[in-house]
Amino acid sequence: MWLWFHKLSSPPHAYRTAGRLRPWFFWPAILLLLIGTYGGLVLAPEDYQQKDAFRILYVHVPSASMSLMVYVALAVAAAIGLIWRMKLAHAFAAACAPVGAWFTVLTLVTGSIYGKPMWGTWWEWDPRLTSELILLFLYLGYMALRASFDDTQRADRASAILAIVGVVNVPIVKYSVVWWNSLHQGPSISKLAAPSIDPSMLWPLLVMMLGFVLYFAAVMCDRIRGEILRRERNASWLSEIAVGT
Amino acid sequence: MTPRRRRMVLVGLILLGVGGAVALALTAFQDNLLYYYTPTQVAAGEVPNDRLFRVGGMVTEGSFRREPGSLEAQFVLTDYESNVTVSYTGVLPDLFREGQGIIARGRVARDGRFIAEEVLAKHDENYMPPDVADTLRKQGDKRVTTPIATSTVESGAE
Repeated sequence: MWLWFHKLSSPPHAYRTAGRLRPWFFWPAILLLLIGTYGGLVLAPEDYQQKDAFRILYVHVPSASMSLMVYVALAVAAAIGLIWRMKLAHAFAAACAPVGAWFTVLTLVTGSIYGKPMWGTWWEWDPRLTSELILLFLYLGYMALRASFDDTQRADRASAILAIVGVVNVPIVKYSVVWWNSLHQGPSISKLAAPSIDPSMLWPLLVMMLGFVLYFAAVMCDRIRGEILRRERNASWLSEIAVGT
Repeated sequence: MTPRRRRMVLVGLILLGVGGAVALALTAFQDNLLYYYTPTQVAAGEVPNDRLFRVGGMVTEGSFRREPGSLEAQFVLTDYESNVTVSYTGVLPDLFREGQGIIARGRVARDGRFIAEEVLAKHDENYMPPDVADTLRKQGDKRVTTPIATSTVESGAE
């Protein structure tokens, strides 16, 4: 297992592996997103109370869960990079940030569009909404901090600390609706009891969520390759590839 | 202790320290973080009287009153312990119905009524198709609410 770990952490190997894996993530992601969209917009029945307006959750919920998951991935990668001095882990964390930030923006925008007809407001300073906004600022702060260093290694270490500190916000976002009185309703699918969403409406949501995860993986394959190219621009293995093709 | 182990402990300590500090801060500011008060807190007088605040609860069945041709609505909010009568002039959100969770922002008047300046509807975490809702409603499931005509346009048409 350690051999595999070391092999993967070598930039040329990771570069090739990411390139090879990409289509295996990308095409299933597109397929799942198409199925999920059709299922969510056409096949799923309307909600008894919210009518057709609830369908925005097929984008809102997956992007919200991705905004949290990507942050956890980023923070874990940053911690691994910090503890084991693994450059590839730092590269992974750096590649995560803009993707996670866009998922957060998508969550906030779709949530706002959802909130206006349902709650009667575009925005409220409610615990869930506010903590999700803080998550966006954490992503932006991480990216800004990285950009402020010329030296990649120093950028890696400083931003890793910020990423690790920021992970405290993740459980706050997740449990804000349980811990405090909130305008946002409680969890529907991630609780221990049976999901309080009808199976006919649930399956497109799960398909969409899986589609989002695979899409993220495909995008990450590209981004990690870009990040490796940038970091290893003077390495000999790269010039060999460049000359060879 | 290897340098790697030392860095691991450092990361652990950062997490522990920041986590602890945030947990303490959140507990200390619990009152200020409160997004809305419950009718019980209003009845017990545990609410600010110098500023606007929010009260959240269920709209009691059969409590909704609105004069024809007027936008002034009156209804009772309950948390199944205490009640607060809310009066509000304006357009109510689409999801407003009896048995529905509502959050109203405003202040308490001298006569004990809550004068709302804004009413928001809170929807629950249950999603189901209409026919499933009908079945549940027939079985007397309290979670399923029935829409009522709340806008003057609707009540004029019916």
